[in-house]
Amino acid sequence: MIPSEFEYHKATSIQDAIAQLGAHEDSKLLAGGHSLLPMMKLRFAEPPHLIDINGIEELRGIRLEGDTICIGAMTTENELIESEILQQHCPLLVEAARLVADPQVRNRGTIGGDVAHGDPGNDHPAVMLALDATLVLHGPDGERQQPANGFFLGTYWNDLQEHEILVELRVPVIKKGVGHGYSKLKRKTGDYAVAGSPVVIELDGDVCRDIRIALTNVAPMAIRAEAAENILRGKVIDDALIEQAAAEVLAVCDPAEDLRGDILYKSHMGAEMARRSIRAALQQARG
Amino acid sequence: MAKQHVSFNLNGKQVDALVEPRELLVHTIRETLSLTGTHIGCESSHCGACTVDLDGKSVKSCTVLSMQADGSELKTVEGLADAEGLHAVQQAFIEEHGLQCGFCTPGMLIRAYRFLQENPNPTEEEIRWGMSGNLCRCTGYQNIVKAVQTAAQTLQQA
Repeated sequence: MIPSEFEYHKATSIQDAIAQLGAHEDSKLLAGGHSLLPMMKLRFAEPPHLIDINGIEELRGIRLEGDTICIGAMTTENELIESEILQQHCPLLVEAARLVADPQVRNRGTIGGDVAHGDPGNDHPAVMLALDATLVLHGPDGERQQPANGFFLGTYWNDLQEHEILVELRVPVIKKGVGHGYSKLKRKTGDYAVAGSPVVIELDGDVCRDIRIALTNVAPMAIRAEAAENILRGKVIDDALIEQAAAEVLAVCDPAEDLRGDILYKSHMGAEMARRSIRAALQQARG
Repeated sequence: MAKQHVSFNLNGKQVDALVEPRELLVHTIRETLSLTGTHIGCESSHCGACTVDLDGKSVKSCTVLSMQADGSELKTVEGLADAEGLHAVQQAFIEEHGLQCGFCTPGMLIRAYRFLQENPNPTEEEIRWGMSGNLCRCTGYQNIVKAVQTAAQTLQQA
């Protein structure tokens, strides 16, 4: 099983990658390749040009800038897991990366590729929504910053503009009084989630000052369950409110039926993952 | 599509190959370089039979382009044994009967080789997590886990 023919180009810098995207019509960027190459083998994608961005050092690495963690788009899943900065300041990302695929795939797969690819089963888009991340995009007209909230528009459809490249992901440091939860149901190692839900809660005393509930693989793209968030925001969260919120999560789920389950089952699993993550986040935020 | 030249270190020897851009690393290793220890299983980056060591990291060679291995250092299962005999992971798989049909074994061995460098003294749970990218449809994994434990002890004593 091999892809159809294409021309292979190696980009040496971000500027070079943007120039090559412009020079080669219908070209695709090759990040870790663990979503794109399987699609190309199955002829779901047949780009005439691949631009390999694995050699661009400036796209790798994790650094702390004040209260913001800046993650290079080509940072691999295993590098996320091993990062002391993330273990200390954003353990949600470490937890999520540990549940992506398997050790070999995590050596190749990158956070930027996962966010930009567009498969609703990718895990990081929902994590970016829950963390209220900012995406740094470079294009022919320079740099722009785009909140993750609003970036994911549909299956294989996002706000990445022509000849743009995702360069960096910026997430806030998780502070005292902020808790996170992450729940993912999958049939086996290496499979996409049946449903997943990262949740971040900010407490002010006992009151929920803010909450973000995101969902993986229960809609055409990663989504926020805003109606559910509205039920919990500004309240002292108890079991009855969590049940009301879970009902709103169930209502917003719009999964595609496949071998992982039918629409009803997957929607209920989405609600259950959110329920578990809300409880875990709450417990953690209370310290 | 014109073939292009790649050059890499394979099991300690510098090798050259002409490859198509769409050629996958596992095909270059097996067909052009005639090292057939690395197996092709699912061809979709799930089963791990094609696992090789690329610049000190385990990767699935069915999902890496040969072009991407240019300039790298590669090790396949053929590179494990040396003049003194089998590698500790190979010896342990024999002793613990860590295989039945043997199809997944080259991938298991080269992954175990790398895993025990990442984590020289793993718990059983860590072994199961560290080896989770390699599927075996015969053994039920019990003896594979034992083999990795035994290899860890041998390597620790060495």
